[in-house]
Amino acid sequence: MSVGEHDPYTGQRMTGHEWNGIKELNTPVPKAVWFFLSVTALFAFVYWVLMPAWPLGVTYTKGLLGIDQREIVRESVAEAARQRSWAQRIAQDDYATIQADAGLMQKVRESGRALFGDNCAVCHGTAGKGGPGYPNLTAGAWLWGGTPEAIAETIRVGINSGHPEGRIAQMLAFGRDQMLDRAAVLNVVTYVQSLSDPTLASGPEKEAIVAGKEVYDANCASCHGPEGKGSTDVGAPDLTDGFWIYGGDRQSIFNTVYGGRQGHMPAWETRLSELDRKILTLYVLDLGGGK
Amino acid sequence: MFGIHQKLERNAIGFVVAIIVVSSIGGFMEIAPLFTIDETVEEAPDMRVYTPLELAGRNIYIREGCYACHSQMIRTLRDEVERYGPYSLAVESKYDHPMLWGSKRTGPDLARIGGKYSDAWHVAHLINPRDVVPESIMPAYRWLAETPLKVNDLSDHLAAQRVVGVPYTDEMIANATADAYGQAMPDGPFAAGVTARYGEATNVRAFDGKPERVSEMDALVAYLQVLGRLTDAAHQQTASTEGAKP
Repeated sequence: MSVGEHDPYTGQRMTGHEWNGIKELNTPVPKAVWFFLSVTALFAFVYWVLMPAWPLGVTYTKGLLGIDQREIVRESVAEAARQRSWAQRIAQDDYATIQADAGLMQKVRESGRALFGDNCAVCHGTAGKGGPGYPNLTAGAWLWGGTPEAIAETIRVGINSGHPEGRIAQMLAFGRDQMLDRAAVLNVVTYVQSLSDPTLASGPEKEAIVAGKEVYDANCASCHGPEGKGSTDVGAPDLTDGFWIYGGDRQSIFNTVYGGRQGHMPAWETRLSELDRKILTLYVLDLGGGK
Repeated sequence: MFGIHQKLERNAIGFVVAIIVVSSIGGFMEIAPLFTIDETVEEAPDMRVYTPLELAGRNIYIREGCYACHSQMIRTLRDEVERYGPYSLAVESKYDHPMLWGSKRTGPDLARIGGKYSDAWHVAHLINPRDVVPESIMPAYRWLAETPLKVNDLSDHLAAQRVVGVPYTDEMIANATADAYGQAMPDGPFAAGVTARYGEATNVRAFDGKPERVSEMDALVAYLQVLGRLTDAAHQQTASTEGAKP
């Protein structure tokens, strides 16, 4: 038996091998497989010609279509920006004008929601209600001011962020750094509590409050003001309004006075465009806490 | 086709040569570009190396399998550029051995996470993600805050990185342990050395809020805070993209 012999039953060629009378068919690869192999090979050849493909030392074949992924993303970002026709108005108009325009504010809510969710919500919460250490943006209690300009500036430079024009504020560790002894800390904590809870003044803590006020006037009033109203110039919180960043219970206030606080908000100037920051400012104002 | 194959199969030497030729095409195409990698990767003269503390944090990132859910690669796609920032450049992974680009995002991309959130947030988030992001499904990594960082072998880690091409100096390798302490203890005696060796832009802070000790939390947060901050090259490259925004 030889190569080229055909099997009488199937009509296929034989391999020419024979083992004890058993012969082997030499069935060709099915045509469909050849077809797909040819089509994919053809596709590859066309792709090599049209698209960036082969490395050539320090460069590569650029392809006839001249497609550059970096160029495409640059163009698509710019194109998307052009399609936001409303963006131009947000960039130019002042805050009051934008806030009076229901259509624009709708856009602010839509795009602001995504921006806030990506950048702000991890600390301030998706509803902007904050959490321990992270201020509530809906309460109207602002460390650095709740006007549109003040909020925009806080977003731009952050707080204790290391930005050269950044807002810097520190609550000193009066207890740990031994500026006040334990009794004085406890007294001033009671006094601070009494600022937002007047019922304490007539309770058993009366004397501690009097003693605490002396400590307060000597140590705290320079930032928080003589009446505890705080100051948005130095980022000192209002102690009388019942809103607390680190908690308003006795233990939390003690921890704050004893160990100090220095919150950190990143600066967004390099990370977000001016337009994005303006949208965020409007979005934050829209959450309800603006002034 | 059929005929050629039949002939080839009957010629042992010829068949072996044909196999070698075919398989080496693929190998050549994968390997050849690596010989010119120095010319094809972007220039970034301001590129910094990881400090020993950041490198230790990177090792913890690998140990805990963070790469399984977080990528470090912003692709050239509009949605990624708009969400995460400029797309990643090859040079930004220049000193990543092994690279941690990842291929799956159960959580967000971390290529530009450095400086986006505060240290305190990272600490709270790693201790229990649900405390700061109620809808998070990320596991809690509580032990990082309690486990002291192993610092005595950091010189070896730096030396190993140098073997694969990271330009650590002898001085950096010799002072690796001290620098790890210094970077996490800003008021300590070793802090000045970190800035002197690794540059002014290096973060020297008590990352976990406890300047008296160096924990694994310090290392991991130091690493997270430097992601995307080793060079400005990506921001410069896409400066025209930013300019296109209205």
